[in-house]
Amino acid sequence: MSDGVSLFVIIGTLGSLLFFFLVLRLNKTSGNVGKTTGHIYDGIEEYDNPLPSWWYWMYVLTIVFALGYLAYYPGLGNWKGLGAWSSTGQLVADQEKADAKYGPLFAKYQSVSLADLSKDPAANKMGRRIFANNCTVCHGATAEGSFGFPDLTDSEWIWGGDDAAIKASIMGGRNAAMPPLGLILGESGVSEVSEYVLSLSGREVNEALVKKGAVHFQMYCSACHGTEGKGQAVFGAPDLSNEIWLYGDSRNQIQHIIANGRNGQMPRFEQTLGKDKVHIVAAYVRSLREKSAK
Amino acid sequence: MTHNPEYNYKVVRQFAVMTVVWGIVGMLVGVIIAAQLTFPILNFDSPYFHFGRLRPLHTNAVIFAFGGCALMGTSLFIVQRTCQTKLLSDKLAAFVFWGWQAVILSAVITLPLGYTTSKEYAELEWPIDILLAVVWIAYAILYLGTIVKRKTEHIYVANWFFSAFIIAVAMLHIVNSLAVPVTFMKSYSIYAGTVDALVQWWYGHNAVGFYLTAGFLGMMYYFVPKQAERPVYSYRLSVVHFWALIAIYVWAGPHHLHYTALPDWAQSVGMVMSLVLLAPSWGGMINGIMTLSGAWDKLRTDPVLKFLVVSLSFYGMSTFEGPMLAIKSVNALSHYTDWTIGHVHSGALGWVAMISIGAMYHLIPVLWGKKQGEMYSIKLIDLHFWLATIGTVLYIASMWVNGLMQGLMWRAINDDGTLTYSFAESVEASFPGYVVRLIGGTIFFIGMLLMAYNVWKTIATADHVLGDEPLDKQEASV
Repeated sequence: MSDGVSLFVIIGTLGSLLFFFLVLRLNKTSGNVGKTTGHIYDGIEEYDNPLPSWWYWMYVLTIVFALGYLAYYPGLGNWKGLGAWSSTGQLVADQEKADAKYGPLFAKYQSVSLADLSKDPAANKMGRRIFANNCTVCHGATAEGSFGFPDLTDSEWIWGGDDAAIKASIMGGRNAAMPPLGLILGESGVSEVSEYVLSLSGREVNEALVKKGAVHFQMYCSACHGTEGKGQAVFGAPDLSNEIWLYGDSRNQIQHIIANGRNGQMPRFEQTLGKDKVHIVAAYVRSLREKSAK
Repeated sequence: MTHNPEYNYKVVRQFAVMTVVWGIVGMLVGVIIAAQLTFPILNFDSPYFHFGRLRPLHTNAVIFAFGGCALMGTSLFIVQRTCQTKLLSDKLAAFVFWGWQAVILSAVITLPLGYTTSKEYAELEWPIDILLAVVWIAYAILYLGTIVKRKTEHIYVANWFFSAFIIAVAMLHIVNSLAVPVTFMKSYSIYAGTVDALVQWWYGHNAVGFYLTAGFLGMMYYFVPKQAERPVYSYRLSVVHFWALIAIYVWAGPHHLHYTALPDWAQSVGMVMSLVLLAPSWGGMINGIMTLSGAWDKLRTDPVLKFLVVSLSFYGMSTFEGPMLAIKSVNALSHYTDWTIGHVHSGALGWVAMISIGAMYHLIPVLWGKKQGEMYSIKLIDLHFWLATIGTVLYIASMWVNGLMQGLMWRAINDDGTLTYSFAESVEASFPGYVVRLIGGTIFFIGMLLMAYNVWKTIATADHVLGDEPLDKQEASV
């Protein structure tokens, strides 16, 4: 802050403390102990008793503490404090300490392949904890996902299920981009395409609409979802021919997506977790899949 | 005391009845949302009955409807009695009463419909904010105008506190609610980011400081000496703690934003001022409790006095807890946990509600032409006292346990530095505390129902109201 504002803060703060002290000091004693002030309000009188001394000293003590605290910590405008403390400084120091202490515990697994690591009980225990505190908010405690958040225990991997792809998803995050096609297709077009999409997974459909929908699909959808609608991991375009539906499997829900698009997001964890923890949590995710496959 | 004009007791009676009505409504919503937090199925998948919308309805109803009616009613009674003059204007008084009810009713309708600014304790949208500001300024003119035309030489201490409360709340409400309207029921705050947060908590903490503290201290300064029939303990203490209280509270808001984007210096200043606030807060408690010296025996027989004294004890307890929670290292543990909720309710149930209930038990028989202490049933008041006390203690204790547990669970780490518990596990562990809180809140609420019955019977058996009879009798009856 500018020197002027800083001075304003300093004068305001110290001036207030001084004011509190003066009001206190000037009223410490009374010459009329046990007598009333002589005022009567609706029958209520007031004694002119002095301030209780324990209370007086408690008040003084808090003011003294305030002055001491403001000398040591930042508070008085631009004054950094004798302790040169800052919340950013404390955070950095804590992080460095934690990295030095715990870093090697995670780093030692970096050279182990995910396949082997997913069978290591100690690593999986760590992975489960990391998962519980970073991933369960969306993917759920059992990693089975929910509406809009993929199930990590099933066979479908929208962005690819090999080790490198899973790690890339966690490190860099993912941004899905299903464009809204409502304006292009029109209402009838949307229902035709949805009929075609439903037919891919063997649902009961109106064949006339499917035929028209197939034409639209090849024109607008196949670039990402593939000519057979089996999806392409490189675009994060899901397979439409199976029973797995991220945003619901009803006709209405599917039409809503075609018309309005979807932009699912997976946040990036490169900075918050770092590559060593990502490696361990990726192995844990792999272990979940292996368990459910059995 | 002979030059009496006919005081306006009508508006006081109206506010007194609505205090009980809104108390029941607000606390019922509180019990409902406590149940929803315990058993989420009780949200019934309805947006209108969802915790997220009922919670602001609860806070608005208990603070502004219940607390507001209690404060307005008692302040308008006290200012007339202690200034020995009639209210500035009967029409203005009626406007304040009906205007305030209109604000409350708007809140009751719009909050469940989902209209909200999302600012805590300032959720009402801009048209209602404007109405609230107009009514509040009318109240300020009515109250301060009555003080100006007082027949007494000095101004009684209760009126200092009420005046500070009225002026500060006008300032807080208007500054924090400044917003750009975009549609009829949607606006955006004119502040952004950290500044918005700081203004919001400057408002939020001073809503506590001026609305829930200074205002109710004004109430305390009249009803405690009246009920105890003793002089106030120390005039000097009231001078010192009044000026200190109103001057320090405005600094304390940043303690709601410890370890956030708020600059370090503002956090430090907010913290030390919160600590300096301890003694001035206790000044009011000491002055109230010490007023009883020489009249302690009355506590055995007078449940109204019990309400008043126990409310002061809870006040002392929560104003000790507050500064402690404002210390950054304590706050690092307590912030975002149920401890905060417990702290708020030790003030809200223990202090604000209990002093208001005590004041109403003193005031209602008087207003309906009976003598002080002539409520329909003293035994029911006593039962209400025990229900309120037990309910409050269960509420606070369960939230302390939950808060400490949550704070400790969130910071517990394993040998590898990872967090031991996930957030969901701390929610699961909080379940027993939520059950106890629900029980405590329900007990407190049952007490309010007893009060409604007692007040109903008292009013129904009244043959006249205060002000109907000649003045000398009026004075003698209070």
